[in-house]
Amino acid sequence: MTSTTLTSPRSTRRVRDRAPVALVLIGIVVAVFALIPLIHVVIYASTVDPDVIREQLFRPRIGMLLRNTLGLMVTCVAASIALSVACAWLVVRTNLPLAGLWHVLLTAPLAVPAFVNGFGWVSLTHSVEGFAGASMIVTLSYFPFVYLPVCAALHGLDPVHDEMAASVGLGRTATFFRVVLPQLRPAILGGSLLVALHMFSEFGALKTLRFPTFTTAIYDQFNSTFNGPAAHLSSALLVLLCLAVLTLELALRGRRRYARTSSGTPRAARRIDLGAWRWPATLAPLVVVALALGVPIYSLVHWMLVGSSTGDGLAELLPTAATTMAYAALGALLSVVLALPVGLLVVRHASLTSTLVERSTYTANALPGIVVALALITVTINYAVDLYQSAVVLMAAYLILFLSRAVVSVRASLEQAPPVLENVAKSLGLSGLATTWRVTVPIVLPGIGAGAALVFIAICTELTATLLLAPLETQTLATEFWSHSSGLSYGAAAPYALVMIAISMPAVFLLSRTSRAARPLAKEKP
Amino acid sequence: MKKQRLLTVLAPLLMISGLLTACGGDDGPFITVYNAQHQELLEEMAPIFEKETGIEVKLRNGKDFELANQLVAEGKSSPADVFLTENSPAMSLVESKGLFEPLDEKTLALIPEQYRPASGAWTGFAARSTVLMYNKEQIAEKDLPTSILDLADPKWKGKVSFSPTGADFQAIVSAVLELKGEAATKKWLKGLAANGEVYDGNNIVMQSVNDGETATGIAYHYYWFRDQGESGENSDQTALHFFGNQDPGAFLSISGAGVLKSSKKQKDAQAFVKFLADEAGQQALADSYALEYPLNPDVQLDDSVKAFTELEPPRVDVSALNGPTVIELMQDAGLL
Repeated sequence: MTSTTLTSPRSTRRVRDRAPVALVLIGIVVAVFALIPLIHVVIYASTVDPDVIREQLFRPRIGMLLRNTLGLMVTCVAASIALSVACAWLVVRTNLPLAGLWHVLLTAPLAVPAFVNGFGWVSLTHSVEGFAGASMIVTLSYFPFVYLPVCAALHGLDPVHDEMAASVGLGRTATFFRVVLPQLRPAILGGSLLVALHMFSEFGALKTLRFPTFTTAIYDQFNSTFNGPAAHLSSALLVLLCLAVLTLELALRGRRRYARTSSGTPRAARRIDLGAWRWPATLAPLVVVALALGVPIYSLVHWMLVGSSTGDGLAELLPTAATTMAYAALGALLSVVLALPVGLLVVRHASLTSTLVERSTYTANALPGIVVALALITVTINYAVDLYQSAVVLMAAYLILFLSRAVVSVRASLEQAPPVLENVAKSLGLSGLATTWRVTVPIVLPGIGAGAALVFIAICTELTATLLLAPLETQTLATEFWSHSSGLSYGAAAPYALVMIAISMPAVFLLSRTSRAARPLAKEKP
Repeated sequence: MKKQRLLTVLAPLLMISGLLTACGGDDGPFITVYNAQHQELLEEMAPIFEKETGIEVKLRNGKDFELANQLVAEGKSSPADVFLTENSPAMSLVESKGLFEPLDEKTLALIPEQYRPASGAWTGFAARSTVLMYNKEQIAEKDLPTSILDLADPKWKGKVSFSPTGADFQAIVSAVLELKGEAATKKWLKGLAANGEVYDGNNIVMQSVNDGETATGIAYHYYWFRDQGESGENSDQTALHFFGNQDPGAFLSISGAGVLKSSKKQKDAQAFVKFLADEAGQQALADSYALEYPLNPDVQLDDSVKAFTELEPPRVDVSALNGPTVIELMQDAGLL
């Protein structure tokens, strides 16, 4: 007998016991750390003369930027959801040929930074400039944020619901919309939140695609005036947008839980036989993969072959790759260490405080890298001048920028680990530490791995904060790519982008494993 | 199983400790240069200075105003010894905050006075001429405008591209403002905003003119000459139009070099700026891939580039090139 829940039975309701004081304190410290850029923006914006504020905010251009930013966000989120649910359903729930391969390939676009993707497309055709092209390319760069959790959720679904729906006479389509889709809601929402936040802070791709948003405007302002009030006011607006999105996601998420907490094993769902549509159905993932991976990689290889500057500065490639990997690996590790207490708070000790702590860690993700970097410059110059331009501050910037990726993943995996399991272990005489190691860790390890992989990829490709904060003469793959490509030495730039993609591949593979999609066709388990 | 779990946790740790064995420190003397000039140019010039003096030059690369912003945010605690830009307005910004140490008289004497501020806080060391690139298929030489101000005329609608977000174009606007006054500049920017295609970067402007997306583009001369020197793939369909005749469109933008007051290596920093202005440094600039004009009268570019003496630029006081008003005007025109 299996029992999963679509409502909230008592056994799975969040444990409302008081959180240990130490945990709350750690959570608050992490939150304050993540809020540094936001606090900096608010303090600076509040010192601006009200007349200047009026003048800066009520310009026609601000209206245009607002329309562009919101339009792009809504389009990208909607497109990511449609694309991800369709592909995930095909890969996980049907007998699509080569499902395992498609799954890895549909995860891989995460390894192609959006600015490389934009550069790849534009250097082949200018028709992708503007709203339509920008929507397509940003969606192609970020949709795996939705695709991965949806895959994982589809796996966790118990076929018993489909069977029940069939028994009361629902057709397959109706079952999908009325039974399956509602259960995917938390996965879709968490992923969409990441897509929206990344969209807000996306700079390189949109600059290349000539589609102005708040973030590109903020860069333009920083590139033309000193620390102008304009730049900080635009950042403050961006912060407001980000808070609105965070609140909206929270409201849509609701209080329902969907974790299985059951006796009995879930049966793997029987895969739907596509019949004659089996092979034609592969067109869907094929087109997505061709656009998201094929085009940028073709473009890079093309520039490497025809570019006149190919081979310039290749001696730097290996040491640069090593530096980049070191930062990415260490940052990935530290970010999950910071994300764990936040995840524990919000999953195990639900309260207003834990919600605030968790949401705080998302805010920096929506801010442009340059704002985060300038905030850190100001803080370190004033309070920790010896650390200025050391690896420590650069690492701090990475953590602030990408903590959200780790928190989302760790949180999702903790929700799969009901405390009841730990209580059972303890009642069987295991010590607290042993319980953690033998019960909790195995359950949350995939989430930790996924979070670490997502942060690793992000650090590999970070550009702006790295340019401003890196220790003297520290170069990363992204900064080298930038300096070559901005000098039109595309041939010299291309290898850096390709290596960037290559070193992100193990992380991609790890991600595709943690959502466990590539299973053989289900057989009834004994 | 247990072992595997332990490995999963330990593997990244081991990897990192292996990787974080950073490159060995150096013990020789060095200076820190915040460099907004093209990175490749400094990578050609700095080694010559290092050979001459034994002082290593370490670069932090960025864009004019990014690094100027950073210097202002750093204030007295800045680790920078020398600041280099592509255009002078960012130098003026740092000067206005009182962050520069006056340069040695000997250094100043190397560069004609119209290419440096009277204050002596910094000096020009290279110059770039404004040009109009045009697509040879789409426009005949006789139809080119006589003044850059003509481009605001409705007949140029859809036929001109430029890169308003970079320091390069903003320097050109500041020259128009200085020469023609606020009302005329405002009118020009409005017309240009209505007519123009906006791109990010002069290279991209050149590509768009080359691809025939726009008939003409405003940029600096060296982009075209460099591409011709490389393969020509981004410029073969185009030619350059020099406005000359003291037109604002013949504006010479000055790359600046200055020593930070907060620098603890004054002597070495001053020596580096002097090198940039003296014959050895200017010759290195002339011989480099950059094709920007040296400002030291003893050094000339080779004759593949239009001669410096034939440019007929307007006379502009470098320290008068204003940042804030330019930004305001550009914002009003909806370009920023």
